[in-house]
Amino acid sequence: MKLNLKIWRQQNAGTEGKVVDYMLDDVSPDMSFLEMLDILNEKLIVKGDEPVAFDHDCREGICGACSLMINGVPHGPEKATTTCQLHMRKFHDGEEITIEPWRANAFPVIKDLVVDRSSFDRIIQKGGFISASTGNAPDGNAIPISKIDADLAMDNAACIGCGACVAACKNGSASLFVSAKVAHLGYLPQGQPERFRRVIAMVDQMDTEGFGSCSNTYDCEAACPKGISVRNIARMNRDYLKANLFGV
Amino acid sequence: MLNLDSKIPAGAITEKWDKHRAEMKLVNPANKRKYTVIVVGTGLAGGAAAASLAELGYKVECFTFHDSPRRAHSIAAQGGINAAKNYQNDGDSIWRLFYDTVKGGDFRAREANVYRLAQVSVNIIDQCVAQGVPFAREYGGYLGNRSFGGAQVSRTFYAKGQTGQQLLLGAYSALSRQIGAGTVNMHNRKEMLDLVIVDGQARGIVTRDLVSGKIESFAADAVILATGGYANVFYLSTNAKACNVTSIYRAHKKGAGLANPCYTQIHPTCIPVSGDHQSKLTLMSESLRNDGRIWVPKSKGDKRAAQDIPESERDYYLERKYPSFGNLSPRDIASRAAKEACDEGRGVGHSGFGVYLDFADSIHRLSEATIAERYGNLFEMYERITGENPYKTPMRIYPAPHYTMGGLWVDYNLMSTIPGLHVLGEANFSDHGANRLGASALMQGLADGYFVIPYTLGHYLASNKLDKVTTEHPEFKKVEEEVTNQTKRFLSINGKRSTNSFHRELGLLMWDKCGMARTEKSLKEALQRIPELREEFWKNVRVSGSGEELNQSLEHAGRVADFLEFAELMCYDALEREESCGGHFRSEYQTEDGEALRNDAKFCHAAVWEYDGYGKKPIRHKEELTFDNVHLATRSYK
Repeated sequence: MKLNLKIWRQQNAGTEGKVVDYMLDDVSPDMSFLEMLDILNEKLIVKGDEPVAFDHDCREGICGACSLMINGVPHGPEKATTTCQLHMRKFHDGEEITIEPWRANAFPVIKDLVVDRSSFDRIIQKGGFISASTGNAPDGNAIPISKIDADLAMDNAACIGCGACVAACKNGSASLFVSAKVAHLGYLPQGQPERFRRVIAMVDQMDTEGFGSCSNTYDCEAACPKGISVRNIARMNRDYLKANLFGV
Repeated sequence: MLNLDSKIPAGAITEKWDKHRAEMKLVNPANKRKYTVIVVGTGLAGGAAAASLAELGYKVECFTFHDSPRRAHSIAAQGGINAAKNYQNDGDSIWRLFYDTVKGGDFRAREANVYRLAQVSVNIIDQCVAQGVPFAREYGGYLGNRSFGGAQVSRTFYAKGQTGQQLLLGAYSALSRQIGAGTVNMHNRKEMLDLVIVDGQARGIVTRDLVSGKIESFAADAVILATGGYANVFYLSTNAKACNVTSIYRAHKKGAGLANPCYTQIHPTCIPVSGDHQSKLTLMSESLRNDGRIWVPKSKGDKRAAQDIPESERDYYLERKYPSFGNLSPRDIASRAAKEACDEGRGVGHSGFGVYLDFADSIHRLSEATIAERYGNLFEMYERITGENPYKTPMRIYPAPHYTMGGLWVDYNLMSTIPGLHVLGEANFSDHGANRLGASALMQGLADGYFVIPYTLGHYLASNKLDKVTTEHPEFKKVEEEVTNQTKRFLSINGKRSTNSFHRELGLLMWDKCGMARTEKSLKEALQRIPELREEFWKNVRVSGSGEELNQSLEHAGRVADFLEFAELMCYDALEREESCGGHFRSEYQTEDGEALRNDAKFCHAAVWEYDGYGKKPIRHKEELTFDNVHLATRSYK
């Protein structure tokens, strides 16, 4: 396959970026999207040019490091798939592909396609945990948890923290990310004691970080590589309202 | 000269850890905040250690080269975590988990460490449940289990096919809580590039800020490395792209003994290589072997599609050769059997390097919905990568480098040969011997981080005199200068080849000569070739850009440079271990029916290597292993 790539290049956070064109030959349909970028970088390095910087690590769809807006869609055209798991067989010979970083107020660009997502970490640090210090926790079977609740907790715990939901949202909202953690811990009995403190602390930090508000367009759910449901956002809002009305 | 006193406490194996805990010195709560501890790595071992030490009151400086501590590669573990809970009433016990692990490790692990691991395994599950890890549950609300290779009981706890992710997010949430509380100072995107030793004690590290390029020093009272394994020496492995040997290798060059580097685990169930562009290999969880049957055609060169090959012309070789463990034989055995079948010309897929993992029988027996519930996400992943639907046609799998049992030598307290330098998780050599059983890596990482180091580190701090050291100490300045010079050197070579092309060439060489099977001849060839490749690297590598910014090829250059030295050490170790055991298979040493042949008279020891200068052959030392509780026997899974 031959491809016409249009890639966002930006030296660092303080400089302006621009789209640069690259033609790439001999792309195999069996390559992953990131392997295609590896080939481009190999060519750039041998020529003495700077390779395109992008975040990636596990390349099996679980670490959440990879990102990329591909033709305006977070993680590209395949549903429920991270960029690292996207394969070139989803594109056609001669296609023009535009590749950009996540765009959001709370995710400043560091270089080229790499953005700073540490705002997500700071939200978790405010309350995305159960305060259970290491030690003599009760037996794992001491509290039976219904399979349904355990499965729902698991579905929401599956979030990989990639930020696609924010990139997809016209408001740059982190509501899907935050609500997934609120739901994961909120479905479990262990998560109840801190349930209302948690939601207040996390939502407040989300606002502090400069993420936008949710206006229910559901673009986040469509972009999520792990299929996290927008129903969590309603659940989060209910908990937030209750916490504000009745106190924590 | 290395001090290899393993410091195993006296007494019966069942009582060693309890007795040791009772006897270890403590740091009083008010004094804990006076101590600073550096933790490098935020996977299961590092994340758990940093969180637990901070909860105790120590000041923790924690480092990751990722953009967030949640990205560590522990996250990719799929199948599960072992614990001797005996919830299934199937005869499991701490003793049996201990026994299975020692036997699975082919009698090359330290008994006392393994017993402790089995003991704390039960606490790990409790701790994780308390943190909100959503383990699979039965309808009654109690925890579910599955079985795994190398065991005849069901003791594996799991969270769909994402157990590593959930356990890591548990450790990450505990760590985040401490970061939020200000007890852990978290350094993202900072890579440790060297260890600093002052007066014989590990007292700090030198790092590079991957965004600004700044070289910085950090001083502490003790240093903990939890930086994972070195399977990326093979270039193609199931490890994440950034996994590397740098932190442990540079500690090795500073005097830490490195043990058993030749023990590398080849995982039997990975998606086969599809072409030269391949950048990594993807694992399909071993748990699939619970319901999938492995087979190849009986006759060579049979190119028919799987469904056109009748039952009578299929060879379910694991069931045939190992009837009592069948498809759940340990990893090393299953991997070699796959290689043998393919070497005989019976491999499947266009490359011929693949075997079938077939779910047709299970789907027929249990329904497609049940299989989808158990493995749905793995099946989807397989289809995304290969374009084939495993509900309809069997998966194709092939072994791939996955885990490394070798690592920095540590004593019972997880301290290396450098006082103050502690090593946890895959980065150390301690618990798995020559082969790790499935679902035991997560167990060991969390055992080390949550339940061992919080005790043993306190003991070290309380029993040693630690003078006040700051980063103004000349030793820090010296190491900073060395690190800065290496960075400048990479940028000034201006050669013609990328770091990746060297890494790929080294990986191919190691896979051919020091991979699933090794011989004296192949290892000597590798030892000839590696220094040549290293020399070419230092003359002809091209690293563009500058050192004062985010520069991913500069990061990679440092890692490849270390792999190019470390690979040689690995080959020396494989060459001098004239026996086959676990993940180390020397073709010269096998039984008549092709099984690994140990030599307990000569090699019942851990080989611990001491660095002796660049390009010089390292010095081999031994820690003799004694088996007082598990009878040294030939492993049999027949």
